[in-house]
Amino acid sequence: MKNKRWWTVGLIIALAVTIISPLASPWPDGLERVAEDQGFIDRALDPFYEIIPDYVLPGMPHEALATILAGMAGVLIVFGLALGVGYVLRGKQADGGPHEEYS
Amino acid sequence: MIAGTTWLIPELLPKLTHIPDGFLGLMVVGMAWVISIVALAYAVTRTNRQLGEKQVPLMGVMAAFIFAAQMLNFPVAGGTSGHLIGGTLASILLGPWAGMLVMTSVVAIQALIFQDGGLISLGANILNMAVIACLVGYFLYVWMQRVLGDKASVSLVSAFVASWCSVFLAAIATAVQLAISGTSPLQIALPAMGGVHALIGIGEGLITAAALAFITATRRDLVETEPTAD
Repeated sequence: MKNKRWWTVGLIIALAVTIISPLASPWPDGLERVAEDQGFIDRALDPFYEIIPDYVLPGMPHEALATILAGMAGVLIVFGLALGVGYVLRGKQADGGPHEEYS
Repeated sequence: MIAGTTWLIPELLPKLTHIPDGFLGLMVVGMAWVISIVALAYAVTRTNRQLGEKQVPLMGVMAAFIFAAQMLNFPVAGGTSGHLIGGTLASILLGPWAGMLVMTSVVAIQALIFQDGGLISLGANILNMAVIACLVGYFLYVWMQRVLGDKASVSLVSAFVASWCSVFLAAIATAVQLAISGTSPLQIALPAMGGVHALIGIGEGLITAAALAFITATRRDLVETEPTAD
């Protein structure tokens, strides 16, 4: 697969994964479980502010949909951020030769 | 929560998966920030020197996939769940330094926008999930390939073992940080965190090996680029 098509497919796969995120196990995560069992869960402080707390887009009546949309928003944000970091830092060393991989 | 699963939730507390503020002492968090910043500064210079043009979009795709996969908590024993970290996967494909930057992007966005993990404790979450997970996963993977050969099957087994160890050691690091902070004594935190994450690590290993198999099948060149760390 050509490079450009491959990473487009990769991004679509990541977006697709968020569609099943409402089916994720609601059981407490490893650290949360330990904190509950050992009785230090109450030490957790409230966040300073909230934008999309709990991976649920606020103000939406349908929680599963709000979770999926929150996930998709997150996927696009981190994609953009990591891509930007990579773009800024990309090498003086241009991995050898012409980029025939690009379509 | 969606109807039908609500009964499973003991109380509707905010979902906590990364270290929130309040669990760690300021000295511990301060140390974690210092170590993380030094590691990231080094990662930036290494990435600047080594990252090929072709790997730039892969950084974005890796971050996107890891963010999505981290939302998918899978059940492990005893009413507990776990999720992928992804540090080993990112490091195998991008090298430990670019991998570290990808993981930091994910963990930072989770804290800044999704309130998953505290803002103050972000330094510790970066240390555990970006710095420690990436370095352990990458160097163990490379070492195993060197010892066992680099056949495709060996590569998948190495990825499984390396990613299991990366999760386990990140959990041990968290336990040590909790203990130094006086939150939970080491003789309790260590077996508790280690035990749960020994199970979660199996999920990490399976997802990492499966993703690597998929990428090897579709884009062998990305895996063979062999991002060097030395």
